[in-house]
Amino acid sequence: MAMEVTQLLLNAQSIDGSVRKQAEDSLKQFQEHNLPAFLFSLSGELANEDKPADSRKLAGLILKNALDAKEQHRKFELVQRWLMLDATVKSQIKAGLLKTLSSPVPDARSTAAQVIAKVAGIELPQKQWSELIGSLLSNVHQLPPHVKQSTLETLGYLCEEVSPDAVEQDHVNKILTVVVQGMSSSEGNNDVRLAAIRALYNALGFAQANFSNDMERDYIMRVVCEAALSKEEKNRQAAFECLVSIASMYYEKLTPYMNDIFTITAKAVREDVESVALQAIEFWSSICDEEIDILEEYGGDFTGDSDVQCSYFVKQALNVLVPILLETLLKQEEDQDQDEGAWNIAMAGGTCLGLVARAVGDDIVPLVMPFIEENITKPDWRQREAATYAFGSILEGPSPDKLTPIVNVALNFMLSALTKDPNTHVKDTTAWTLGRIFEFLHGSTMDAPIITPENCQQIVTVLLQSMTDVPNVAGKACGALYFLAQGYEDVGPSSPLTPYFQEIVQALLTVTHREDAGECRLRTAAYETLNEVVRCSTDETATLVLQLVPVIMLELHNTLEGQKLSSDEREKQGELQGLLCGCLQVIIQKLGASEQTKYGFMQFADQIMGLFLRVFACKSATVHEEAMLAIGSLAYACGPEFAKYMPEFYKYLEMGLQNFEEYQVCSVTVGVVGDICRALENKVLPYCDGIMTQLLKDLSSNQLHRSVKPPIFSCLGDIALATGQDFEKYLMYAMPMLQSAAELSAHTAGADDEMIDYTNSLRNGILEAYSGILQGFKNSTKIQLLIPYAPHILQFLDSIYMEKDMDDLVMRTAIGVLGDLADTLGSNAGTMIQNSLSSRDFLNECLSSEDGSIKESAEWTKLAITRAISA
Amino acid sequence: MAPPDFRRPFKRAAVSDQQRRRELTLQRQAQSRHDAQQRVRNLASTIISLQSQEPDDAADVVLEPYPEESEAPPKELDIRRASRMRGEQVRNWFARQLMLPEWMIDIPDNLSQDWYVFARPAGKRCFVVASNGTTVSRQRNGSILHCFPSALPNGAKTREPSGPAHSYSILDCIFHEGDQTYYVIDMVCWGGCSYYDCPADFRFYWLNSKLEETGASGPPSYYHKYRFSAVTHEKGLPAAYTDATPYVKDGLLFYNKHAHYQSGNTPLALVWKDAKCSQYVLDTDSTGEVPDQQQKVVLELQEDGNLITSDDPPIIFGRLNSEFIQQLGLHSGNFVRCAINDGGLSFVEGKLEKADLKYIGKCSRGRAFADSYSKVVFQYMARHSPLTYDDLLVAANKPPSDVEMAG
Repeated sequence: MAMEVTQLLLNAQSIDGSVRKQAEDSLKQFQEHNLPAFLFSLSGELANEDKPADSRKLAGLILKNALDAKEQHRKFELVQRWLMLDATVKSQIKAGLLKTLSSPVPDARSTAAQVIAKVAGIELPQKQWSELIGSLLSNVHQLPPHVKQSTLETLGYLCEEVSPDAVEQDHVNKILTVVVQGMSSSEGNNDVRLAAIRALYNALGFAQANFSNDMERDYIMRVVCEAALSKEEKNRQAAFECLVSIASMYYEKLTPYMNDIFTITAKAVREDVESVALQAIEFWSSICDEEIDILEEYGGDFTGDSDVQCSYFVKQALNVLVPILLETLLKQEEDQDQDEGAWNIAMAGGTCLGLVARAVGDDIVPLVMPFIEENITKPDWRQREAATYAFGSILEGPSPDKLTPIVNVALNFMLSALTKDPNTHVKDTTAWTLGRIFEFLHGSTMDAPIITPENCQQIVTVLLQSMTDVPNVAGKACGALYFLAQGYEDVGPSSPLTPYFQEIVQALLTVTHREDAGECRLRTAAYETLNEVVRCSTDETATLVLQLVPVIMLELHNTLEGQKLSSDEREKQGELQGLLCGCLQVIIQKLGASEQTKYGFMQFADQIMGLFLRVFACKSATVHEEAMLAIGSLAYACGPEFAKYMPEFYKYLEMGLQNFEEYQVCSVTVGVVGDICRALENKVLPYCDGIMTQLLKDLSSNQLHRSVKPPIFSCLGDIALATGQDFEKYLMYAMPMLQSAAELSAHTAGADDEMIDYTNSLRNGILEAYSGILQGFKNSTKIQLLIPYAPHILQFLDSIYMEKDMDDLVMRTAIGVLGDLADTLGSNAGTMIQNSLSSRDFLNECLSSEDGSIKESAEWTKLAITRAISA
Repeated sequence: MAPPDFRRPFKRAAVSDQQRRRELTLQRQAQSRHDAQQRVRNLASTIISLQSQEPDDAADVVLEPYPEESEAPPKELDIRRASRMRGEQVRNWFARQLMLPEWMIDIPDNLSQDWYVFARPAGKRCFVVASNGTTVSRQRNGSILHCFPSALPNGAKTREPSGPAHSYSILDCIFHEGDQTYYVIDMVCWGGCSYYDCPADFRFYWLNSKLEETGASGPPSYYHKYRFSAVTHEKGLPAAYTDATPYVKDGLLFYNKHAHYQSGNTPLALVWKDAKCSQYVLDTDSTGEVPDQQQKVVLELQEDGNLITSDDPPIIFGRLNSEFIQQLGLHSGNFVRCAINDGGLSFVEGKLEKADLKYIGKCSRGRAFADSYSKVVFQYMARHSPLTYDDLLVAANKPPSDVEMAG
């Protein structure tokens, strides 16, 4: 068997497709036929010094993939399978892996390191393989450099795989000790040193306690800074990556080191190779991120929540930092705007400058203006582009008071540069800057408008003209128009864009038909802008929006005509259909919002629905999602009339609910079910058996992304509210499901913020379901059916109240459920409610809430309870 | 270690339009769900608040001169029923909440003393309900006209709450297209307080001061999409008839000063028109044209074949025999259109005795009401012996009679 495996592994890398395919099939068969033997032979292959490096490496990778997967449910399965393997087999595999760490073949060692980390990721949280860390640590001290290097690498991967609470502090201390020792300049072997620096990057998350200890922190920081000055480029890059990570993880501990860090980052940005300079800039971007977050929280409502003080590092470094960043702007690459994946020092520097502006506000303006003034008219395009980019970068952050006078002067210059500058880079950045001007300084909340009746026409003309420029410039011009339209969102009954509406729409449609519209996301940008123009249009242009309906319908119709497409063409067709469905969705929502415009639109409803159904028949996930979103809007606009589409549409609704893989599609479909319930009310009943079955299946699936579950619960409430007492037949399924979900979500002990957020969204869904069911049964003769569930609902309310971690939304929904309970069950539940904690403490807390909508719900609930107990 | 990807978005909007669409959709859905649930709850709380006011029997006193109206306050029953309704029914229920003036077919006593008169703005009659951070106007057929932010209490999602959190306001308005203004003709609830049971003079007084106070009568702005303007209630007949108004006039409205706000048809509010103060004296069709001189009426078909008006109790105008009904496929509850033939209407002692009707056809499904008795009679009189402005003027100048109002 062993011999055979080697050949299979080599064949699986053959350039001959059929040989490769056959080998892959055989490997798969082997795996399915006898997993323990398969894994064991792979580990044997990896450990065997007599085997070729290529087969060893692939053996290791397959082994790794047998332990982990991206999809949660698959990962869970693989973990279970590993844990159930025979203990002897497992220990033999592990022994083989550890042995491989000493192999002279670098690929074999490195692969083994990754596999060991995966096994550790499974076993350490189960309190198994407790001797692993000890044996790795003892390795470090005695062995030749290449073993030391692979051991440090393993420790790094291990820190990446295992959560900090699965490793005891004593081990953490020891790991950090060997890692930091390995990093220090006294380590003679550079491979070891680099492995140690990279290991620290992953181990930083484990170092909470150590970073709180002054002496240990000083030591770590000293070694990291030393490494950032190492002679080896790779060491410096890895060390700066550590600094970036430290900036966000340990911001509040950085004060004593900032002088040194400033010196070394400044030097790196100015003098070092790009890979290092990029990380040095990223350090400052991360500091900005932190300070922006802190200042936003400080300025927001949650002053009590934020215990991190802003140290104003950016503000203190400003005078030196800004000139350094401005210098980087002059280091553009040719054609960087055409390359989607480009990332260079000029781009990083400009991005950082933008973050600095957000962190310090007005203070940045006087530091940047001289640079702009000096360079913006220079003959070298790099200087003009850098000046424009600097200007565009600082438009978010400083106050409108500070910026408006400057923008008023600059606007004309920008408009003329956009049409006249000979350089495409300059035009690209100019169009982007105009977009930023409109995004941040134009809108109904601005005191001094920068767009006046005088310059509005010129702006529109220039942007439309620019849309005929090369794709990247045209795309940015579309983006600028997007924000120009957005600024008029709340303008009132009359929009300054009304006179140009027709022209703008025509120009955007022309862009979508350009032959090169596929480049630089141009077509997407044009449709997105069209959507925003429609969204922000006023009643004045309602007839023009209505005229757009048949135009877009025709476009969508045309995409359906193509026959026998190649997979590439099919993908493009799908993308276009997605854009067109999205556009129709926006139009439907716009026209459906008022009775008058809705009337005109409804003449197209049948045809539009027909097109959507044909789009569904093409089957592509994103199109599916876009068409589904559009159908939700259509149902909302049609109301009860939507019933006539249900017989044909129903199967796609069901397909959407079954789409576990593309959970966004599933999620959107769940929302559409809610729209349909509200539109059809009782007429949805004939479809409810199918829908309910699917929803209950979704809820019990562990394959479905968890984010879809809260909306499914809310959707149960929508169905119950629409069907009223006819929901009776689903009670025996829905209620136990709600009950067990309620129990799971009642407590959050030990959960992190993300988990608490999720739990709260789950609670909200469950509570909305209860509300819908209770309200649906109100005044029916069947309220008796609900009485048995009342104690549990009350208990759930009591326990989430006790937990003290619900957010405002949950609070509002929860207190509403209490009222619904009293309102629907009346005297049947009076005593029960009176005896609950919720009816006293929780209700009182909500009554004195500062949140208006919570108070409103609570007051209603109070009335309902009073009535229930006095009845 | 996988190399970390430090690339940040470059010259690119941070949010994709698709994501934006998704979020907007979710917002709309969450709002619709919240609205649907709130609707059920609001109806419930209306029941509760009205029940608590039940013992107050002042209403009967005021309504004394009109004994036929003082029996059984149907309001409470209606709302009880409404709380069981959803969707379409809720719309219908809202539709029936407006106080609908009868057409003036004779001149009430004490016109000058007990009645307000004002020029009715031409436009869409609607209920404007501000609650929960939005303002919604519903037309008489229950459909939504606008949904918008306003300066009414809780009428917009502003940073500071503009009124007690739970409160809602209901105004009886006419939306005037020309100047995009809601002309407020009456106030039903304000800031959570119900004014149903207050006399008109009190309601009008509060209305004026409240509109001022909140800035709702101010020009439109971000949080206030349409201006609300109170009509001038107390200028007297000649001024109402002749003075220029910022709006196009559509007849005169007469409101009894002591009357409470009452849903449905009421003789305590009256409408009168002539060609000078309204373009629409005679019934118009959907295009605004007067079809022909022959008067047409819309009546509701009852189980027993009787054709009735929308009044409560209804007035029987005629009947269709059952064979005819079957032949036409009509059902009880259908609205049918009839023409008044040459025989006209005959009255005995002010009561309808006979109507010479000719069946024309079934009304469109959008129709929510039959015509009221007073409308049919007013239209009939307008064609034969109209009540003129001079008649009104004479009555208005007559010294008050000695009937004492107890309100």
